[in-house]
Amino acid sequence: MEILKFITAGSVDDGKSTLIGRLLYDSESILADQLEALQSSNRKNDDGTIDLAILTDGLKAEREQGITIDVAYKYFQTEKRKFIIADAPGHIQYTRNMVTGASNSNLAIILIDARKGVIEQTIRHSFLVSLLGLPQVVVAVNKMDMVDFSEDRFNEIVKDYQQLASKVGLSNITYIPVSALKGDNIVNPSKNTDWYTGKSLLDHLETVEIAIDASVTHAYLPVQWVVRPQTDELHDYRGYAGRILSGSLRVNDKVTVLPSGFTSTVEHIELLDKQFEEAGAGLSVTVRLKDDIDISRGDVLVSNALKPQVSQLIEADLCWMDTRALDTSLTYLIQHNSKVTRARIQEVLYKVNINTLEKEYGEDFKLNDIGRIIIKTADPLVFDLYQNNNNSGGAIIIDSRTNVTVGALMLRANAD
Amino acid sequence: MSKYNLDYLDELEAEAIYILREVAGQFEKPALLFSGGKDSITLVHLAIKAFRPGKFPFPLVHIDTGHNFQETIDYRDDMIKRIGEKLIVGYVQDDIDNGNVLEQKGKNASRNALQTVTLLNTIAKHQFDACIGGARRDEEKARAKERIFSVRDEFGQWDPKRQRPELWNIFNGKINKGENVRVFPISNWTELDVWNYIRRENIPLPTIYFAHQRDCITRNGQLMAASEFLNMDSEDIIENRNVRFRTVGDMTCTAAVESYAFEIDDIINEISASKISERGARMDDKVSEAAMEDRKKGGYF
Repeated sequence: MEILKFITAGSVDDGKSTLIGRLLYDSESILADQLEALQSSNRKNDDGTIDLAILTDGLKAEREQGITIDVAYKYFQTEKRKFIIADAPGHIQYTRNMVTGASNSNLAIILIDARKGVIEQTIRHSFLVSLLGLPQVVVAVNKMDMVDFSEDRFNEIVKDYQQLASKVGLSNITYIPVSALKGDNIVNPSKNTDWYTGKSLLDHLETVEIAIDASVTHAYLPVQWVVRPQTDELHDYRGYAGRILSGSLRVNDKVTVLPSGFTSTVEHIELLDKQFEEAGAGLSVTVRLKDDIDISRGDVLVSNALKPQVSQLIEADLCWMDTRALDTSLTYLIQHNSKVTRARIQEVLYKVNINTLEKEYGEDFKLNDIGRIIIKTADPLVFDLYQNNNNSGGAIIIDSRTNVTVGALMLRANAD
Repeated sequence: MSKYNLDYLDELEAEAIYILREVAGQFEKPALLFSGGKDSITLVHLAIKAFRPGKFPFPLVHIDTGHNFQETIDYRDDMIKRIGEKLIVGYVQDDIDNGNVLEQKGKNASRNALQTVTLLNTIAKHQFDACIGGARRDEEKARAKERIFSVRDEFGQWDPKRQRPELWNIFNGKINKGENVRVFPISNWTELDVWNYIRRENIPLPTIYFAHQRDCITRNGQLMAASEFLNMDSEDIIENRNVRFRTVGDMTCTAAVESYAFEIDDIINEISASKISERGARMDDKVSEAAMEDRKKGGYF
């Protein structure tokens, strides 16, 4: 059994919380004491049924204000898959939450209200899903009950969305007509949409392809920690501990240590008592090499077949996440996996108006702004282009005055 | 190797090991908070995988309320002997004796709330900059919103509105003077995942997790172990019941469930079919709907 991580994009008005509540409820992932709290709550739907949206309500502060202020993670499981939902609020001021949630997801569900069709926030959400490079997209056309389950209306929305998708560069899109409130096409196919021949939402989530393809790229393992027992019997033991972020690593593979460029051969791939002949992306392992070379935290082991980028000047998409605007005269820290180095934003190339998708020019970069920049780093970064590998092409910017994470970077090109 | 899927337990394990190694790489004085419960026992097992054949780059820290199940303390001491790592114990009794906290009175008195003070004092005394804990996001809705690296101010407070965005697998452990970080490597695990992992890895557990006979009383609809630590009176009727514990905490606030699950397979079947969530058996969450959020803001685990 594997894990599918997905994000839901939409606002409260689109019935996003109800959709998540419905998935949890209908897949019987709600336990008795949670259900009891749900039933004893005085929030009910107009027809007196339980308001499923309560299931995604988190904090007291949010309940008081009736809003969702942060990403909440929800877990449920069926016989086929385990699911992790990153529930990010859809309001414009929370772009950063959606970017955060999307960065750890394999799939996005974009909710569209069947009465309203493709609107400004749909553009915004779709742009962000494209920016973060999620491999799979579901467009859930919700509130179909409010448009009499009209096939024409559904097709009209699909057509509109296809235009948007080609504009923002989204592919692998599945369209599903649903009613989260009534349960149509959420877990079971609905009798109300006999014209729809596709899968229900849950059926799709259980079966959509999420396999890791290890053959298309080099092995990439950032070293997090060097295991050195320094005991009498293990005097010379040096194990390089890290998680393989792409490709696969085999015993006897030739590897290069970047950025230094030293080469060696893999002698052991292990974890406690387990020895691997081959280990693929996603696994945390400890690697021992034939030669004793200088490797420390932040260095990257790569297989020799294909090389990642090594550069100090990088073109990247930036999403700004702090209330204090970007200051191009300031030195920030950049963290890329386990590597931290100083960096400066050398140039703002353009910003994108995420409601119209038009480019805008100017130096100011404020909270939730997104655009293209050139960043210069003190030490070289060893990275893949984000569009080729989400795990080794993403980085964060830290304000060294406050230590807060202030920006997300999608590394797009070597600008050297 | 071309296209493949990682099994969910392998993926959760790899993520947790990755997080533990980030703690080792990013902090000067980390610690692993060990409660004797299955989640922190799982963390110790993951740390063994992350750092062997080397030593742990952090000590284990146990906050001892003095109202423990003896089985938990026995387990802790055996485990420390087995793995050969350092253990630091902070005693709630010391804070009571020093007048830092006042013992609660009355029938529902518990030392659970007092632990927070001892925890914060222990962190301050040893100047820990990161504390690894076994909390999971599926436990409770306030936890569902917490980061894996969760920054606390010098009073140990969690501010849900000032959380750092956490992107990809990049964890920002940079902190200001006086702050520290709580790290939750098994955030993405559910209760069932933990049990399935314990079964797969053959991890030994304290015996109180399995069904046994015990003298209990019923309080507020829940079964509590009868003990010298519980303030009992003539209204409390002691009954010998077949029970087990789903979480392990202070004896005064951890409720038992009626159970005939003697083996781990029985427990997994029981949980799969269960109608009550794990924290539902914790009296300390029942106080109000926002109970956990309030305690977290105050520096609780």
